[in-house]
Amino acid sequence: MSILIDRNTKVITQGITGKTGQFHTRMCRDYANGRNAFVAGVNPKKPGEDFEGIPIYATVKEAKEATGATVSVIYVPPPFAAAAIDEAVDAGIELVVCITEGIPVRDMIRTRFRMQGKPTLLLGPNCPGVITPDELKIGIMPGHIHRKGRIGVISRSGTLTYEAVGQLTDLGLGQSSAVGIGGDPVNGLKHIDVLKLFNDDPETDAVIMIGEIGGTDEETAARWAKDNMKKPVVGFIAGVTAPAGKRMGHAGAIISGGKGTAQEKLAAMEECGIRVTRNPAEMGKLLQSVL
Amino acid sequence: MKIHEYQGKEIFRRFGMTTPRGIPAFSVDEAVAAAESLGGEVWVVKAQIHAGGRGKGGGVKVARSVGEVREQAGKILGMQLVTHQTGPAGQKVRRLLIEEGADIQKELYVAMIVDRGTQRVCLMASSEGGMDIEAVAAETPEKIHRLFIDPGKGLEDEQADDIARKIGVPAGSVPQARAILEGLYRAFDETDASLAEINPLVVTGDGRVIALDAKLNFDSNALFRHPDIVEMRDLDEEDPAEIAASKFDLSYISLDGNIGCLVNGAGLAMATMDTIKLFGAEPANFLDVGGGATAEKVTEAFKIMLGNPKVKGILVNIFGGIMRCDTIANGIIAAARETQIQVPLVVRMKGTNEELGRKILADSGLPIISADNMADAAQKIVSAVDGNDVSPKSRARA
Repeated sequence: MSILIDRNTKVITQGITGKTGQFHTRMCRDYANGRNAFVAGVNPKKPGEDFEGIPIYATVKEAKEATGATVSVIYVPPPFAAAAIDEAVDAGIELVVCITEGIPVRDMIRTRFRMQGKPTLLLGPNCPGVITPDELKIGIMPGHIHRKGRIGVISRSGTLTYEAVGQLTDLGLGQSSAVGIGGDPVNGLKHIDVLKLFNDDPETDAVIMIGEIGGTDEETAARWAKDNMKKPVVGFIAGVTAPAGKRMGHAGAIISGGKGTAQEKLAAMEECGIRVTRNPAEMGKLLQSVL
Repeated sequence: MKIHEYQGKEIFRRFGMTTPRGIPAFSVDEAVAAAESLGGEVWVVKAQIHAGGRGKGGGVKVARSVGEVREQAGKILGMQLVTHQTGPAGQKVRRLLIEEGADIQKELYVAMIVDRGTQRVCLMASSEGGMDIEAVAAETPEKIHRLFIDPGKGLEDEQADDIARKIGVPAGSVPQARAILEGLYRAFDETDASLAEINPLVVTGDGRVIALDAKLNFDSNALFRHPDIVEMRDLDEEDPAEIAASKFDLSYISLDGNIGCLVNGAGLAMATMDTIKLFGAEPANFLDVGGGATAEKVTEAFKIMLGNPKVKGILVNIFGGIMRCDTIANGIIAAARETQIQVPLVVRMKGTNEELGRKILADSGLPIISADNMADAAQKIVSAVDGNDVSPKSRARA
């Protein structure tokens, strides 16, 4: 097993004909079982055409009905990306992975409001995606740094996730799944949601949880983990040196009104029994030490 | 993106909100002309900078004659206004707002922000206007009322009235407060604001409710649909290095330390800053070169970092995923040559084609120090800048 996706998952790509969508669809298709997984693309202007053999449909609904896909990945440009999520939700897609960075917050507030009471899960936006090593990669992470194994990885950041994965792989510790939840302030799955999935996954033994300044999601996840998590969790929080009131690259990485500091998050995690490191070069070793 | 108070009030008026009458002025003569045009007996001369705490810093003065307007405008224009938000150097005042005086009976506080937990716009309101709201939140949190607005319905009349009563708006003035609160929500929503704050919102002696101040920040991801707001941008209020970086799609923020760092990815960039601090030094900046770090972008990034006279060394930390380390190595060499870099340069590269990338750097003949991991890189740059050895065991904490 694994979480969210496995070798049998079928995926629709929204924005398959754009430059980014084309590039990453090729990379994903070339990884593990990708050739069988990426079964459809969507472009309302190009139904009936194909992208290197992947058929293109006018709508997500048609693509889903024709292929039985349950997941969609979105590379649509920011002004149209929230509407692309809405379309996937309305079509009854089970998991939407939104890679797009730069979606206006107002659009995401409306989209998340529309999603209330619907079964669709959203990963992102502004995220690297999700990978189950040796099975399937949906997103923009470099596949070759991963190795199949039993460690779960959750992070808000792209390259910092790769850093953690690289350290684990170098130590011989493979990953069950690695999930990037994204750097935006209004998003879908949060640390706590992914932690729950790893807790229930019999093929995950331990979890590395990487956070950053802004919001209180890491604290929420830590409090849940204290009472419910059956597996060891270790963590790192980026932004101890970040000044207040400045957006550190990610739209959601900002200390505002004195809230969302790295120190608060680190303290909350330690209080809840999560071992943390202040040295991001030691994330892998810390995880190894709790096994 | 931030705008000035007088621009915020222009937007407020578009949404039917009451503000004092006022005219912006860029010179003393314009300030005097503004006061004469407004008429009346009392004016307020207000410094326009993108920072709070202007009154305490001496940037807001009441004038009781046109002569006093001239005198105060002369004092405030051109001054380095220091507030708790500007830093010790302060911010030069280049613009004024001349307003009619108001007969203030009550000072209240209202603001809107996006609440990440509920994923809704949060209306915050308090009877304690005119004060630092963070202090109110810390000392008397019960005096701050919060309402999470349903995106499907917007702010409803009963909700607005309820909040107005809770913060002490007199019964006869509640309809006016409602107009301001509902206008504020529509302004927040329709302009893609990230913060809208009125501190203070005042009730006057004759029962009118007026937005005496206006602070509006906007979601930079939504500016593409607000060309009128982009026009309000005042580059004098922004860090020149951050402006230069944004032209090349680099995400850059100036900090106080002496080690420049260039990283791909926001999270890794913050982690790199933290590692520099962990080994005893301070980062000079946050800099995310993003996913497509071309030689041109890396060169511009070097120029921006080296433009800071405090920078005594540079740390490059790249996790090559889709972007290959050999491409980055060539970019670093081009940048180092073009900028004729004179400070120590430590490079840590990991990921796709890392060995080829390292070989390219080693063969370049440039004095680039190579590092194996983030901690090693941080120690090497700190010790190169200090000129003395930094023991990893004494400084590193796991």
